[in-house]
Amino acid sequence: MTPYSDIASNALWRNNAGFVQLLGLCPLLAVTTTLVDGLGLGIATTVVLLLSNVIASLLRPLLRPETRIAIFLVVIASLVTVVDLYMRARFFDLHRSLGIFVPLIATNCAILARAEVFASKHDPLRAAADGLLTGIGFAAALIAVGAIREVAGQGTLFAGADRLFGSAAGSLGLRVFDGGFLVAALPAGAFLTVGLLIALQNALGARKAPITVAGPAES
Amino acid sequence: MTSRQLISVAGLAALALVAAASLTLAWRSTADDIAINERNFRLRALNEIVPPARYDNDLFDDTTTALDPELLGTGEPVTVYRARRDGQPVAVIFRVVAPRGYSGAIELLVGINFDGSVAGVRVSEHRETAGLGDQIEGGESDWIFGFTGRSLANPPEPGWAVQKDGGVFDQFTGATITPRAVVKAVRNALLYFSANRDELFAQDSPAAS
Repeated sequence: MTPYSDIASNALWRNNAGFVQLLGLCPLLAVTTTLVDGLGLGIATTVVLLLSNVIASLLRPLLRPETRIAIFLVVIASLVTVVDLYMRARFFDLHRSLGIFVPLIATNCAILARAEVFASKHDPLRAAADGLLTGIGFAAALIAVGAIREVAGQGTLFAGADRLFGSAAGSLGLRVFDGGFLVAALPAGAFLTVGLLIALQNALGARKAPITVAGPAES
Repeated sequence: MTSRQLISVAGLAALALVAAASLTLAWRSTADDIAINERNFRLRALNEIVPPARYDNDLFDDTTTALDPELLGTGEPVTVYRARRDGQPVAVIFRVVAPRGYSGAIELLVGINFDGSVAGVRVSEHRETAGLGDQIEGGESDWIFGFTGRSLANPPEPGWAVQKDGGVFDQFTGATITPRAVVKAVRNALLYFSANRDELFAQDSPAAS
């Protein structure tokens, strides 16, 4: 059985879904124009990852080679639809700014990958830890890219927090400086920011360990 | 089919049923809230153009439709919201499409007062370039508010164009096509209104029945 410390270090750093595995690259580039958007999608993705991992683990007795993927897809698509409905009911404005990327969580390969590679081979508790931590690792990537692009592109940080935390949080937004560099808000800025952050992570030694998409080899 | 395959298929089918049931439950428990949110969102957009103090009817219950592919920019019937106060017409708000934006169609919400002046214009949908064409958005620059109070006679022809074309409306540095399309669409909306004003206010509302 994989020890929890390995689950954590893989999910959060060594095999970070956003920066190392580069899964879910599309939302990582597209919704990270502000910190709040990144955080909102990060939380939604984490919820889906956590639940899909737990359910995939609980369904282990039901998994057969020929239906396994289909079962995961049913579970993930249903969870994403529920999250989508819930966000439209509770976080309507945030849902509007995330747009199509909430339903598209279903296509985030990181979720299917964790169900397939990890949850289907582990007990529900470990699967939950893996889902939660992978989600947090991915959310951290979204938040980092979102924060950098928001400051560089608009000169603000945490603007629009009321969309996530209610109107009381509306004043949390900071104006760091006036104006901003347009390129950071454009798609090119997303690629540049992600590239720089990956370079930074490499510089910090993340790639010393051999990389396996599956996480550490199971014995 | 072997019994093993049968079991796999039965498992998948059972799971699909459970999923369908859960989705129904989730949809039922959120449908009302979502409907309220969407209504409030649309009302907020309408109220930005015609503030609630100016009318006393329910905009969603007092609608009619307009169809004019040439002036409204779309072949689909357009919903026209009618604001009234004490039964007297105040303004209409409807969606028009500016078909020739820099990257496709731009959707506008145009409010026109009964006297033919613009109550307000907002961009509801566009794919213009961020930082250039997107200055038509109310949140990006004040440009779109410059229509408020204008009418077909103010400015008189040929003023209804961007400055580059000899008109009175600013273009943006590096982006002329976008404002040009919006100016034309707003003017077309005014032309439509001036030709159809009394019918627009007189028609029965399908929503009220």
